[in-house]
Amino acid sequence: MVALVADVAISAGAVAPDSVPPASIERPDFEIVPRKGLIVVAVVAILSIAAIAANELWPLAFFHFVGGASWTIIDLFLGFVLGPIMGKLSVPARVEFTTRLMPKMVLIMPTVVTMTLAAGWQLGVHLGTVDSNYYNHGWTVASYIVVGVMAVIALGLLEPANIAVLVELKKPRPKPEVIEKLMKRFIYCAGILGLMQVATLVIMTKLTVG
Amino acid sequence: MSERRLPPVTQIGMTSLALIVAGGIYLSAHLPHHVPLGPAVALLAASVLLLAANLIVLTRVPDFPWGRFFDVAKWTLLAYVVIAGMIEYSFLRDHIKGGVLVVLTLSLVVFAVHVPVLVGFTVARFYEPEGPASDGLHA
Repeated sequence: MVALVADVAISAGAVAPDSVPPASIERPDFEIVPRKGLIVVAVVAILSIAAIAANELWPLAFFHFVGGASWTIIDLFLGFVLGPIMGKLSVPARVEFTTRLMPKMVLIMPTVVTMTLAAGWQLGVHLGTVDSNYYNHGWTVASYIVVGVMAVIALGLLEPANIAVLVELKKPRPKPEVIEKLMKRFIYCAGILGLMQVATLVIMTKLTVG
Repeated sequence: MSERRLPPVTQIGMTSLALIVAGGIYLSAHLPHHVPLGPAVALLAASVLLLAANLIVLTRVPDFPWGRFFDVAKWTLLAYVVIAGMIEYSFLRDHIKGGVLVVLTLSLVVFAVHVPVLVGFTVARFYEPEGPASDGLHA
């Protein structure tokens, strides 16, 4: 990808009290939504719909397990490993990392979440685990609540921050204080979602062993 | 940062989403048995009211950058209509019908509209006109 030198005036006070004086930042060129990735998203969506339509155990289990594992690992890794690292990076490094990571997240997360939940619901219908007579019904409802809380945080806070930070970075003169504010929101949300994913692991392992 | 004073659109939006999620959980927790629809309808109605309130307070913000808002919101809307369509398909596939289907479908409509509003708002709130090349979306 061609590096684009953005004339970003870094306001030292707005970023960190001891940060460097104003300087130019190298900002890689990027697409907010990577268009080539949309093909992969479309393929995954079509295959998920086909799995639901077929209502066969293996495709449903495949999409639910693969999607669920990806979702959990990404949230845990982002919340507890990458998030804290990003918080400690210098502003130029964070900008470069953000422009490479966030566009991929715009496509990956909604796709993985939709695939997991759609296939998971159908799998539950197939296995009877979403039936209110299921002997572990309380745990199933607990999983709905955890997913619901995660959905509200992800849709209401995390995703808007993700898009907004990318739009800001696309500007010829992105404002560091805006990026800082939005990235802080993104990193905190990722941490909360990571914690919620621990709850998901507890529930899912309990549901699996009965 | 010269951030303008804006109504609490994100907070209202998250509350609205939380209400439809609660309604969805309530209905899902009772399936496949008969579900009393009253609580789900009340949660949906409250969520719709919050969506309407959000749109009204937003239209009253002076000089709100609607161009920027719609640039982002229209594509987000497209994405969430596809996602909502997939969820609706699975409802139909599972033969959900009657009042439950109506409530769930309307909940999906609120979801598919409110998320783009939140994304568009979050982007537009930081918009400051700098010149023709400044919009970031068409760079």
